[in-house]
This record gives sequence, C-alpha cells and structure tokens, in this order.
Amino acid sequence: MIISVASGKGGTGKTMVSTSLAASIKNNYNVQLLDADVEEPNSHIFLKPVFETSHAVSINVPVVNEDRCNHCGKCAEVCAFNAIAVVKDFVLTFPELCHGCGACSYLCPRRAINEAPNQIGTVETGKAGSISFVQGKLDIGQTMPTPVVRKVKELTSREHISIIDASPGTSCPVIAAIKDSDFCLLVTEPTPFGLNDLKLAVETVKQMGIPCGLILNRAGVGDSRVEEYCQKENIPILLTIPLDLNIARLYSKGTTLAEGLPQWQENFKEVFRKIREITGERNSST
Amino acid sequence: MKIAISASSPSLDSEVNPRFGRCDMFIIADPKSIDFEVVDNAGESAGGGAGISTAQMIAQKNVEVVITGNCGPNAHRVLSSAGIEIITGAEGTVRQVIEDYNNGKLSSSSGPNVSDHFGMGGGGGHCRGKGKAN
Repeated sequence: MIISVASGKGGTGKTMVSTSLAASIKNNYNVQLLDADVEEPNSHIFLKPVFETSHAVSINVPVVNEDRCNHCGKCAEVCAFNAIAVVKDFVLTFPELCHGCGACSYLCPRRAINEAPNQIGTVETGKAGSISFVQGKLDIGQTMPTPVVRKVKELTSREHISIIDASPGTSCPVIAAIKDSDFCLLVTEPTPFGLNDLKLAVETVKQMGIPCGLILNRAGVGDSRVEEYCQKENIPILLTIPLDLNIARLYSKGTTLAEGLPQWQENFKEVFRKIREITGERNSST
Repeated sequence: MKIAISASSPSLDSEVNPRFGRCDMFIIADPKSIDFEVVDNAGESAGGGAGISTAQMIAQKNVEVVITGNCGPNAHRVLSSAGIEIITGAEGTVRQVIEDYNNGKLSSSSGPNVSDHFGMGGGGGHCRGKGKAN
C-alpha cells in the first residue's frame, strides 16, 4: 500500500506526519519511507537513517556535433524550453533548462545532436531501524526536481507500507510524487492560506482519482473554515493536531511525535486504520 | 545599421522597457534616419528561457546593437555569440535613448548586469509549488 503525504501549502507538517506515521506503525508492518521532497528532503533529520547506497540521477542533454551541424535552427525551433539556441554559426545549449525530452536530437535533419547524461541529483537508500528509507536530493543550482522524484518512486516497494513525503504545492514534482498512490494524506493548517492551497490539492487528487483524507495541524491557530470545507466536500478529517508548544519543541529538535510523545502513536495507528478502511471500501465498491 | 530597443508601446515616445527577455516589444531603428519597425516579443510569455528565445529572435533581425534596462546571463551569452553589442541601464524614452546613442553617451556592457530570472517579477523567478511547468 502506498500512502502519499501532500499539503498544498508548505510548512503545514507533511514531514512530521510522514515520519510520525512511519514510526508509529513500524512495529506492526514493514514500513518504507520515501522522501520525495527532493528540493529540501528533511525526513532524514527525524528518522536518522544510516545510508547504504547513493546513485546519481541524470537526464540526457544535447551535445552538438559541430562537424555535422549546418545551423538550420530546427533544434531551437522544436525545443519547448528554450534550452538550445542557434545564432549565426553557433549552437548554444543551456543544460540547466533542458528537460531531456530528446526532441532536438530526434528531429535534427543532419543527425548532428547526440545526448549525454547530465547529473542533476542523487537517490540514497538506507535503513532507519526497521524502516527502509529512500530519499532524493536535487543538486544545488539544478531547477528540475521531477526526474529525481521519479527515480525515488522507482524504488517504491509493494511489500512494504510505503509512505511518500511529497513537496508542497500542486506542480509537477508533487504530481510525480503522489501518482499511483492508494491514498493521499493532506496536511493543512486552519488558516486562509492553508485552506486556499488545500482546495488546489484536493482538486489535484480528485482529478488523479486518489482518495484523500485530512490531517488538521496546528488546530487553534486560525478559524473553522477548513473544517467547514471538508464537511462540504466530504473529506474525512483523520486527525487533529493542536497548536502546542511541546510539539513545536520536539519538531525543532528533530524528534518525531511518535517518539517524543508516545501517546500519539495510538493516534497515528488510528489514522492508518482509517486509511485501510477507506481504501478497502473503495476497492470493494469498484 | 539597426539597433533594437526594448519598449513598452509601439512608438518612439515609449519608455524603454527595463526588461530584455520579457519586454512587450522591440523598436528596431536605424539610429541615423530614425526609421523604425516594431517587433512583438513572443518571449514575453515563455515559461522559461525567455531571454534566450528573445535574444535569438533579435539575432535573426540582423541587429547590431541592443539597448535595454537589464540583461541576464543567458540572453547575454546568445547576443554575444551573435556578435551583438549590448547596452544596459538605459532609461527614458526610446527617442531619447537613440539620441544618446548617436551622441556616444551610451557604453556597452561586457557582461550580464542582472542574474537570471530577474525580470520575472516578485523579486525572483523560483516559484516553488506555484505551478512551474516541469
């Protein structure tokens, strides 16, 4: 079973929820945590894994063979990302803008473009006690997280309960992270910003056909509009975490809620039970 | 010869547009006769690499000098490769700038004067989680 954790708004508690959920059910299940927030992976701070492997993630970027090129400009014309330009007798490439689609090389009438791998990040694996740990890391200065997210996802294990910590927002890296999950946990806070971005996230998961439920974090900080929205949209609120100084302190020290306040383990186990119920119901009704 | 000036409206009285890659249009003029044509900038709405696509378009117009407010590193690289002189920091109307150019009051810049994404608004181009097309 794959459970992804997303939010819309950033800083609402995805990592706290992902790591606490993993730590709460690790004694009962084989758990895998995949940190797909590759621009700033931070689940490792909480689960403290020992890394065993590290693999480079590359995308193929164009390399122009000047001997064959006649500067016709076709490559620049077909590049949707302006990653290649032809001016006078020069072909200029901008690997940091290239999405590795291969169109320039494929459509070059003179077969003058080869492709060469350009490293953009790494995927690391390891163990955090009994939890299998995977994280993607985008290299500094790189601007395309999605291929790294995809590589992280390739390591999703069907023998585990896989928990995927996604990045904030609803753009491509998030879509790549939550795609194919059985359930998406949306974490938000009861503020106008939290609600606005939650709506975007809900529309996204609905479009993708992924059932979702909400964890309301920092309850007490804002108003009741998130709850009203969830009621209207039939989104179950699976857990409410209050705005609490002790919880904030634990987080700032890199301790999961499950370890720092063990009474929360039962709450996260309950969340997991509800997720199983919802996904089970869904499978039997379809 | 032809010089291209980034502009906001299609007349010599337009203010110079401070952005190169994402300006609305260019006024391409002969600085002596002040004959000019207006070229819309398709790069204005590019998802990414606006400076590159705009610079390429300008290069195809056989322009020798570009006058604008700010020019980032990628656009600078393309324009330089095309042998185009780049003058940044221009202000005022297009007409005034052409006059200043004719009077030798403008000097070319040897490198980009702003970092990439400068002209995307909001002080930065990195829109994390805001629908950036990856």
